[in-house]
Amino acid sequence: MRRYYRMLMTVLFLTMAFALSGCSGAQYIVLDPKGPIGQSQKDLIIITTLLCAIIIVPVLILTAIIVWRYRDRPGRKASYQPHWEHSTKLEATWWAIPIVIIAIIGVVTVNYTYMLEPSKPLESDKQPITIQATSMDWKWLFTYPDEDIATVNYIKFPEGVPIRFQLTADTAMNSFWIPQLGGQLYSMSGMAMTLYLQADEQGSYYGSGANFNGKDFAQMTFTADAVSQEEYDKWVSEVKGDAPVLTMDGYESLTSPGPSDVQLFSSFPEGLFDKIVTQYVEEGGGGHGHHGASASDPKTDDSQTAFNTNSTQNEHAGH
Amino acid sequence: MAQKKHKVAVAHGSPAAGGHHEHHGGHHDHGHHDQEELKTFGFWLFLITDVILFGTLFATFAVLRLNVAGGPTGGDLIELPGIIASTFILLTSSFTSGLALLSMNKGNKNGLIGWLIVTALLGASFIYLEATEFIHLVNEGANIGTSAYWSAFFTLVGTHGLHVSVGLVWMIALIIQLSKRGITPVTKRKVNIISLYWHFLDVVWIFVFTIVYLMGVM
Amino acid sequence: MWDKIKEFSSEFFVTGDPLILGAQVSIGLTLVAVVLVLTYFKKWRWLWSEWLTSVDHKRIGIMYIICSILMLFRGGVDALLMRTQLAAPELEFLTAEHYNQIFTTHGVIMILFMAMPLMFGLFNIVVPLQIGARDVAFPFLNSLSFWMFFFGAMLFNLSFVIGGSPDAGWLAYPPLSELSGSPGVGQDFYIWGIQISGMGSLATGINFIVTILKMRAPGMKLMKMPMFTWSVLSSSLTIILAFPILTVTLFLLFLDRYAGAHFFTLDGGGNPMMYINLIWMWGHPEVYIVVLPAFGIFSEIVSTFSKKRLFGYSSMVYALMSISIVSFFTWAHHFFTMGSGANVNAFFAVSTMIIAIPTGVKVFNWLFTMFRGKLSFPTPMMWTIAFIPCFVIGGMTGVMLSVAPADFQYHNSYFLIAHFHQTLIGGVVFGFFAGLYYWWPKMFGFKLHEGLGKWAFWFWNIGFYVCFMPQYALGFMGMTRRFNEYNFDMGWQPLNVVSTVGAFLMGIAFLFQVWQIAHSIRFYKKEPTGDTWNGRSLEWSIPSPAPMYNFARTPIVTSRDDWWEKKERRRKGEPELPHVAKAEQAPLEPIHMPRNSGVPFVMSFFWFIAGFGFVWDWTWMVIPGLIGVIVCMLVRSFTYNTDYYVPVDEIERTEAAARGAH
Repeated sequence: MRRYYRMLMTVLFLTMAFALSGCSGAQYIVLDPKGPIGQSQKDLIIITTLLCAIIIVPVLILTAIIVWRYRDRPGRKASYQPHWEHSTKLEATWWAIPIVIIAIIGVVTVNYTYMLEPSKPLESDKQPITIQATSMDWKWLFTYPDEDIATVNYIKFPEGVPIRFQLTADTAMNSFWIPQLGGQLYSMSGMAMTLYLQADEQGSYYGSGANFNGKDFAQMTFTADAVSQEEYDKWVSEVKGDAPVLTMDGYESLTSPGPSDVQLFSSFPEGLFDKIVTQYVEEGGGGHGHHGASASDPKTDDSQTAFNTNSTQNEHAGH
Repeated sequence: MAQKKHKVAVAHGSPAAGGHHEHHGGHHDHGHHDQEELKTFGFWLFLITDVILFGTLFATFAVLRLNVAGGPTGGDLIELPGIIASTFILLTSSFTSGLALLSMNKGNKNGLIGWLIVTALLGASFIYLEATEFIHLVNEGANIGTSAYWSAFFTLVGTHGLHVSVGLVWMIALIIQLSKRGITPVTKRKVNIISLYWHFLDVVWIFVFTIVYLMGVM
Repeated sequence: MWDKIKEFSSEFFVTGDPLILGAQVSIGLTLVAVVLVLTYFKKWRWLWSEWLTSVDHKRIGIMYIICSILMLFRGGVDALLMRTQLAAPELEFLTAEHYNQIFTTHGVIMILFMAMPLMFGLFNIVVPLQIGARDVAFPFLNSLSFWMFFFGAMLFNLSFVIGGSPDAGWLAYPPLSELSGSPGVGQDFYIWGIQISGMGSLATGINFIVTILKMRAPGMKLMKMPMFTWSVLSSSLTIILAFPILTVTLFLLFLDRYAGAHFFTLDGGGNPMMYINLIWMWGHPEVYIVVLPAFGIFSEIVSTFSKKRLFGYSSMVYALMSISIVSFFTWAHHFFTMGSGANVNAFFAVSTMIIAIPTGVKVFNWLFTMFRGKLSFPTPMMWTIAFIPCFVIGGMTGVMLSVAPADFQYHNSYFLIAHFHQTLIGGVVFGFFAGLYYWWPKMFGFKLHEGLGKWAFWFWNIGFYVCFMPQYALGFMGMTRRFNEYNFDMGWQPLNVVSTVGAFLMGIAFLFQVWQIAHSIRFYKKEPTGDTWNGRSLEWSIPSPAPMYNFARTPIVTSRDDWWEKKERRRKGEPELPHVAKAEQAPLEPIHMPRNSGVPFVMSFFWFIAGFGFVWDWTWMVIPGLIGVIVCMLVRSFTYNTDYYVPVDEIERTEAAARGAH
């Protein structure tokens, strides 16, 4: 009972607090991007919103006017034509308007779709850093193959350097999302997806697993810290020096379902990520790992095209 | 009374065409005819849904056809001669169900029942052969849980087999009804529908045979 | 022995949570009360012979609507529980497991057990009356559809008290919904509850296509059909093309869980992404299945209360049909973030946007139906007016979501949640409410209290915007759907509190509606005529409630707004058209009607038994269930005495009684 009473009081208090303070404390992180991908996506959001508004706003105003003007009341002046049901000119107009708007949005969308294809490398004079992200029940395991360090629910990388994320899932699928750097991409078992992101500013960014994958799914948030190159190098050497080693046994215990705090590891078993990706592929068979690539054979059945996501991914896997 | 009966029946199955109502005086059993026509049309729609059902299963099979997960492939275990035999049996049964229709249209009740029995027997032997094949596969070590390929295989072929089995039960029920009631507009419609169903299953089987067996095994 | 029983019952019954315990107790008490009331008033026989076995489309429609309102209550309570949790997650009002169950059942119930039956209820009540038919094409099948839906819904809801609710999301993506991710029986309840009711929906689709194409009154050409009937036709066509995919998909998931197959498993070469494709190949058309009839309802209402013909009739028809076709080519927009490559995303982005074109045309046509009209605003019209801006904004956010690269930022966020609630509540729920208020007098012979209806309307609408507008903002703040708590200091809480307040306003609105119905029954006032709203189509030409056979004489249709035109001719004192006059003066004839049957109820009950057996893996229960189903089919096949004639004197008595009332 007390719990409910307390809850009621909290609700009342918060409503009041909110009413007094307005929207202060609100952080519209999607609209406050800190990297090139997020920036383009924000531009696209604004362009499409404006294009839609061109048609929506007049319609809303028109609705209000029509409803007001043609309401039934004594002595109104507006005309009443109960049999007026067709006008080719008018109807052609409002078939045409949405067609034009949608055509424009369509062209913009298609261009941006190719431009922002997640697996497309970012243009940069710096070598990209690879971070492999595995969604597990219910934590993110990050491995840095070049630096040979691993982390749980935390990443750090230098600003201004493209990051090549490779995503996979240990079991159920999830979605890797750092809103301020750019849009999300699914992490799926048996596949290694590629997502390029970059932070143009130093900062501490919110990251989450955006796709429901079971009980403690809400605990799958993590912090992504973009720091200077020197600070990053220092952090890597600290981790290499101080942190414990992630052994195969250690990995096994990570796979047991449950949330996790931030953890750092000075090294991880070689080829761990590949092992996770291929763990469900039986020897000699055509599971949906690398062997599935044959499914992308252009000769195959048409019905295949809708499903060939597996195989397209393998091209990005980059092993 | 007969006159009255058909008139009122029109009111129930109100035909869409305008003016149709004006000249119904002449035909007998018009109302029943309408009712039976509705049911046949409804059955066609059902067949469309069944086409999509099988289409989805075929798509599933196409997606999973290479995923044998290190286990046996179709080519390893399936023995084509038996399948070819059952294909011929099913094709023949489609033919005999056509002969049943011919007898029905001639008003030959015994011929109709006779050909339906032949069709049912052929259908039963098809099911028997399929069951034998499945038992053979299971003994060879391929069941529905062996791999995605075999899941899709057993589900697709098994769903077709289930349809044929349902058709068999239905056909037996219809044979009993025909022997009791003879050829009436209602039984006539029922025979028409089941033969439609039977031809449909035959066509589906041709696709199963081509896609699952010929393309998959050879 | 005792321990074994205890162990079994603790697995069988859901125990431990005080909320659930309270619900269980109240469900038990309600059941006991229902049984006592029926026994006390000796109503069992009446219930069985008048309702449970009825094949009358009007009664089946009413039963659909009663069930859907009960389901709206349950889905709504689910929503309020979720909102309560999200307003103050730190209090842990709900555990994570419980929260996951609640958002799963909320989604399933609202779409499949609330929107669908409410829609089918309106189909049933309105379509035969609008096209001048005596019943649907297959009344027996219609009853079977209803009972399949009913027992499917019962099976699904049973998981609340027995075995545990499903908790893998409303579309149950594998591998989470596989045995590896969801070992409990909740997921099996999900599969069989939806499967059984889905077969009923499929049959309803077939039934209404045949009814509309083959049973229209003489003279009603396709392009003279009322717009609601058109929308039912397009929705039914979509049903028969989409629902088989759902049947197969759930069946494959069932085989994975029950027989150890490897369709969507991680191991054995299974492909979980195939499930996501398949389920959305049904799931996307499904949202158009429910929204198209709502469009039809708005078309009827806007024209009636503008006292004007529907503007751009043929555009409306083409728009409906093109929406139902294009809806089959947009499914992948639900997972742009799967990384299917730019080609696939570009295709599905554009195909999705294309749907906005016919939808936009419909909005313009509704507006221009009102333009130069004479608008009055009883509750059905108010819902229609409220729908337009709501749906227009929802449609706009839909176009925004369809922009694939931008969707990478919207996907799975509260922006998406706000969008689809805006189209589903603003489009479907508002539409069905409008239809319910509009046709209520036709169903029961009395109007719903207008004043209380307006209170409900305003609470619903204000509540809606208070609830969902903040969610768009939450999406931009990075809040992800299905979070049961948020530990980060993201500034999400204030807007969540606002949203929760809005949800409770809608809860109050629902209470107003219950009050409205109770009040209108308590102060029952018979409608003086069958034409409450000065209507335009055939259903308003007969008494309210409609006699069992609907039309004493088959009407002859000459124009689109046939009843309106007839009234106009009468008003102006013009003579009736000769062939219509002749048909109206012809002597009454006995009417051919279908007989009631208990088989649909019994057969669906056997499906329920079989489904329950499958859920618990009890073969001893599955086998008698399936045998019962087959026996019922055979019983039906051997029944030749399926219809009868209503004699002329009975028609005369019924008509005199109905007309005499006013």
